[in-house]
Amino acid sequence: MIWREAALVAGKDLRIEARARVALGQILPFGLIVILLFAFALDPDRGLLARVAPGLFWVAVLLANLLATGRAFAIETHHGARDGLRLAGLDGGAIFLGKAGAIAAQLLGLELVLGTGVVVLYGVEVHGALVVVLTAVAATVGMAATGTLYGVLAAGLRLRETLLPLLLLPVLAPVMLGATRAFEDGLEGAPGDAWPWVAMLALFAALYTAIGVLAFGALWEEAA
Amino acid sequence: MSQVVRLRSVVALLGRFPALAGLDLDVDAGEIVLVTGPNGAGKTTLLRLLAGLVPPYSGEASVRGYDLVTDRRRARVGTALVGHETYCYDDLTAEENIRFFARASGRDDAAAVRAVLGRVALDGAAGVPHRGLSAGQRRRLALAVALVREPELLLLDEPHAGLDATGREVVAEAVAAAPGEGRTVVMVSHELEVARPMATREVRVDGGRVVPSTVAPTDEPPVTPPAAPLATDAPQAVTP
Amino acid sequence: MTQGETTTAGARDQLLLPVVRRVIGVCALVALGFLTVFGLWGAPTDAVQGDAQRIMYLHVPSAWLAYLAFFITASASALFLWPRTRSTAWDRIAGASAELGVLFTGFALVLGSLWGRPVWGFWWAWDARLVSTALLFFLFLGYLALRRIPGDPVGAAKRNAIAALIAFVDVPIVHFSVEWWRTLHQKATVFNPELNPKIHGVMGLTLWIGTIAFTLVYVYLLDRRYRLAVLEEGAADVELERAIAERTGAPLKVSAP
Repeated sequence: MIWREAALVAGKDLRIEARARVALGQILPFGLIVILLFAFALDPDRGLLARVAPGLFWVAVLLANLLATGRAFAIETHHGARDGLRLAGLDGGAIFLGKAGAIAAQLLGLELVLGTGVVVLYGVEVHGALVVVLTAVAATVGMAATGTLYGVLAAGLRLRETLLPLLLLPVLAPVMLGATRAFEDGLEGAPGDAWPWVAMLALFAALYTAIGVLAFGALWEEAA
Repeated sequence: MSQVVRLRSVVALLGRFPALAGLDLDVDAGEIVLVTGPNGAGKTTLLRLLAGLVPPYSGEASVRGYDLVTDRRRARVGTALVGHETYCYDDLTAEENIRFFARASGRDDAAAVRAVLGRVALDGAAGVPHRGLSAGQRRRLALAVALVREPELLLLDEPHAGLDATGREVVAEAVAAAPGEGRTVVMVSHELEVARPMATREVRVDGGRVVPSTVAPTDEPPVTPPAAPLATDAPQAVTP
Repeated sequence: MTQGETTTAGARDQLLLPVVRRVIGVCALVALGFLTVFGLWGAPTDAVQGDAQRIMYLHVPSAWLAYLAFFITASASALFLWPRTRSTAWDRIAGASAELGVLFTGFALVLGSLWGRPVWGFWWAWDARLVSTALLFFLFLGYLALRRIPGDPVGAAKRNAIAALIAFVDVPIVHFSVEWWRTLHQKATVFNPELNPKIHGVMGLTLWIGTIAFTLVYVYLLDRRYRLAVLEEGAADVELERAIAERTGAPLKVSAP
């Protein structure tokens, strides 16, 4: 039952995105601009950029996650939609899975484009593709789950635009760490070193998804 | 006859303001209760409490037998509120919005969705996104969203405000059909000439409590619904 | 059961009896005195790092207290959420402990930096413990920023408690991933900026004195901050009771202490 309701919520969020095209038209360009700006900040001597590409990529994705999370909760502020969802009788955990799922889907699409951008602009070569893909999936699920949790905490609060980054980014530091290291190992072609990091990312994702399913309902009720 | 609503000395807060201050109310199944009273009396807060959106600060409160403090989610399932907001999403069409809420309550029936669209006279506008609907159409959409869930308790907050003749007919039909459909209705309205004939009972609320109903027409003329108050943190009186 | 009653009934006005608090205060001062003596004179000078190493006697206890404070905040939050032990007292403890935690964490970071400057020659090194402590600092700041946002009394407390637990769950993950990251880099870098001098005898004793002293200071300040929170909330509650009494027309209820 919870999966059916989660799919309903995710479907609604993605359908709204298909119409409004905020992720496509605003968040994705934002990510690309960040990638470009990094190239301005660091000397686009191709050697250096290629070496730091994993880190820059994940910083761009983290920032995009902030925007995507903010947007996911912004759509619930109009016309009393938050009350509407509460009245609809949906299970809190289902709403969490649906929203996090929609965010994760959008982020994965964004990572595909940004990743291509990084490969092209920074001159990166990809050797261990499997590691790269698994890392991206695990990290993205972790980011989406944590973002959805903190998104609801900050939702409806006056200072949410500035509060969300302060709350979310320190908690995601291990994801940033693990994803970057795993990417480095994967891109170098030494995937063996990456697997422990991937495992950590998977653990993080599982942990925060579980917390989200348990705690989201209570937080959603208390949100203004 | 089963009791749908039971409130005893209920106090409910809006921020730090006691919008409801010791309210008693009993509603039996099949009744159509009209709630009247001046602005700021707590009428909207009463409906929101019955819908399970506002928890009681003190007192006893149960809807359809479920306690509103311990069992709020189950109390909500059979209740629908048509408030000042529509609860709908701007980018989705009227039909998509209704279908979402229908599915959320477990009713995945395309025919029922189309039926309720017809009932509120929105079949022509089924494919129009919510942001493109007029105010009157939006209020009818909100009613459709409530009706498609087939609630046992239907709560209407100033349903006539801002509606044209078609809209008023739609509301009248929905209220009149309610007892036959197994619904109980609690309705807040300032438009007494229209609402009184529909109701089986009238309850007057003032200062957060039920007061004896007077026949004196001291009510203000019908007002358009105020913009829904945001939950404020400031300890000031908010018009419910 | 009412919402108002579940949280304030049975909540205590203070953590410690005044007598106990004063004793702890005195002991804290005495312990700090001992720490000063031992730290500056009693403990021997380190062979490798010289007198700069003495900062360790402040830095390590600070870091330990930072983690203890976070643990207390998380535990108090959990106890608040658990229905059988729900009480505003836990919410106050969580907040007070977090404020102290920020102090101790900031203290630890600054001291770590001051220690590093003469030893390594620069103000910061990516030592695993420093990095973890820095992240802890930001986790605290986020929690305190969230607490500052007012809301309906019971709801806000629940929200804060859940936030504390979510952040707390992250602490071991942060600790281990940063630790692992830096040990991997140990192989790559030429020199090893470890802030771990060899500890023996009197140095170990001094560390213990420092830890005990700081813990006593923490407990004392926790009680004081708790009392302050009680006074703040008391004022707000009186206002609310008055507003309710006015509107219901009932006589003013005197809240149970």
